[in-house]
Amino acid sequence: MRDLIHKILAPRYGSTELHKLQDGALLGAHAREIIFTTDSYVVQPLHFPGGDIGTLAVSGTVNDLLVMGAEPRWLSVGMIIEEGLQMAVLEMIVDSIARTAALAGVEIVTGDTKVVPRGRCDGLYINTSGIGLAPFHHGLSSESVAIGDAVIISGTLGDHAVAILGSRMDMKYSHDGKSDCAPLTAMVSAVLRQHRDVKWMRDPTRGGLAACLDEFATSKNCAVLVQEQQLPVAPSTHALCELLGFDPLHLANEGKIMFLVASRSADAVLATLRTTEHGANAAVIGTITSLAKAGVTIETLTGASRRLSRPTGELLPRIC
Amino acid sequence: MKALAAYRDRDRILSVASQIRTLPMPRAIRLMEVCGGHTAAIYRYGLRQLLPAPIDLVSGPGCPVCVTPTAYVDHAIAIAALPNVTVTTFGDLLRVPGTQKSLNHAGADGCDVRVVYSPADAVELARSHSNRIIVFLGIGFETSACTIAAATRDAVRDKLMNFKLFSAIKTMPRALSTLLSNPETRVDGLILPGHVTAITGTAPYEFIACDLGIACCVSGFEPLDLLQSIYSVTTQIVAGRPQVLNSYRRAVRDNGNALAREIMNEMFEPCAMTWRGLGEVPASGLRLKPEFAEWDAASLINAPATTREHPGCRCGAVLRGECHPTECRLFGKSCTPESPIGACMVSSEGACAAVYHYQLADAI
Repeated sequence: MRDLIHKILAPRYGSTELHKLQDGALLGAHAREIIFTTDSYVVQPLHFPGGDIGTLAVSGTVNDLLVMGAEPRWLSVGMIIEEGLQMAVLEMIVDSIARTAALAGVEIVTGDTKVVPRGRCDGLYINTSGIGLAPFHHGLSSESVAIGDAVIISGTLGDHAVAILGSRMDMKYSHDGKSDCAPLTAMVSAVLRQHRDVKWMRDPTRGGLAACLDEFATSKNCAVLVQEQQLPVAPSTHALCELLGFDPLHLANEGKIMFLVASRSADAVLATLRTTEHGANAAVIGTITSLAKAGVTIETLTGASRRLSRPTGELLPRIC
Repeated sequence: MKALAAYRDRDRILSVASQIRTLPMPRAIRLMEVCGGHTAAIYRYGLRQLLPAPIDLVSGPGCPVCVTPTAYVDHAIAIAALPNVTVTTFGDLLRVPGTQKSLNHAGADGCDVRVVYSPADAVELARSHSNRIIVFLGIGFETSACTIAAATRDAVRDKLMNFKLFSAIKTMPRALSTLLSNPETRVDGLILPGHVTAITGTAPYEFIACDLGIACCVSGFEPLDLLQSIYSVTTQIVAGRPQVLNSYRRAVRDNGNALAREIMNEMFEPCAMTWRGLGEVPASGLRLKPEFAEWDAASLINAPATTREHPGCRCGAVLRGECHPTECRLFGKSCTPESPIGACMVSSEGACAAVYHYQLADAI
């Protein structure tokens, strides 16, 4: 175990706090409020087109901090490793963790590693907890939702779920069938630094954008109208959904953000998003139509309206 | 996928919808979309809103999971509980309630129940797990039957004695004949299933137009396909000339797929089959031929299932086109996709699930 920490983990995670190898990390007192979150990752397969469980474990937690209006700063990484996991696989995943953390601008300051007997876990489970400072949090006011506010999605829907499903089915996809799994620090910071009118953000992971919209509409008691024709969907995702009967709105994303923006700033926010690496395919997909009742309606391509409900049951087990 | 874009073109869709509205309809017209895939597409694209009031669409018995009776689920659960058995199934069937529980619950109780995307995956599982018995739950219509036949033929060829098929495969023509002979089912026209007809061809449906005087059109699954088929059937009804027409020519040949039928005939023979909603229909199912009995999971069943249906569930009437899902007292109250009572609320092709997911609250 000591070898594992000294030879594999510590050299890859560049944090001076971690290198002290103490029982905890000393982060110093900060005048600002902090935001703290945690998530566990059990995805299978461990590697998938566009990423692996390491990329996912850092991106997921970082993105959770970002949508709270935080500037992600510190991360813990806990790993439960099944006996027999190949060292080369572990090294590759730890490399991904380190690389993704660097991209996200977070420092890995503490961690834990346990090895369990073969058959007691499926290769590798990772928990990450993250702390961020909250410079933008109070700028996001859920109270100010208004009729006409625009719903923006930062890019194509369902890419992560399709990558996982495609790799499980051993389907051969072109490069655009990759998971969107990525830390979105640069994209979200660009938007929040330049615009004051962002009212709400969420990362539409499990359950997809449909679950995210439903949760939003229910919690804020407002009605959202989504335009089906505006939804960005990659051709490979579209093809797999047609084949298997899935709705891209129900599929998980790991590198997308839904923004609620005052209507006057929608175009400007969209323009900013489109200058960023992960926001190139951003689109305005809907508007708030009522503050009197909760619900999400979608105007289909035929011009008819129908309810957009959240997915029920598990479409894909263990995708994150 | 670009080829499909034309079938989703808003202007063309609205143009056909307006042609339908201009047809002179002297009375209310009741059309049944036989296939669950059609039901889902009709609600998903909101097509009912584009049709004139005299046209009523009802769902038929073409959702494979929906017509699978509770007894089959009970037997599948009993098989899953046998030692050394892995049950493989299409995902939709997992959540269908049996008398006591679903296959999903059986999995949570420790049975080995796995979702596969194709029967060939189950055969591969049998190949790689020679120490376990791999049972495939074969449900579906002619479309699934040919892939199940092909996979089972591989298992037979390779002498994979640990692969077993538990067949509840159904065939459509006799079931439609039974359904349409029922005076409660007042249907003027049928939207025929696209994928099933791609295998069977149109010949098995000729009796519906000739003998029963019901207009038919084979349809694809895109919004334009469905509206063109509705236009075709309604035109036949208005003209009083019922026929079997095919508006899904890009996928369905009138003589179907002879090779697929050959594989089915090689492996299967017709048998009586129990349908939820229709009861036992003679010659409406397929089972393995006697020479393949060693691959038939029916031999694993040692007792009849003591099956009980929920007394309030109206799935049967929904599948016969006698009522709309919202006319069931359980709909959306005690029966929801999260906690389904009837099979039609489970499958993505089920009429109840389609209405629950897609219909706006104020329209229910």
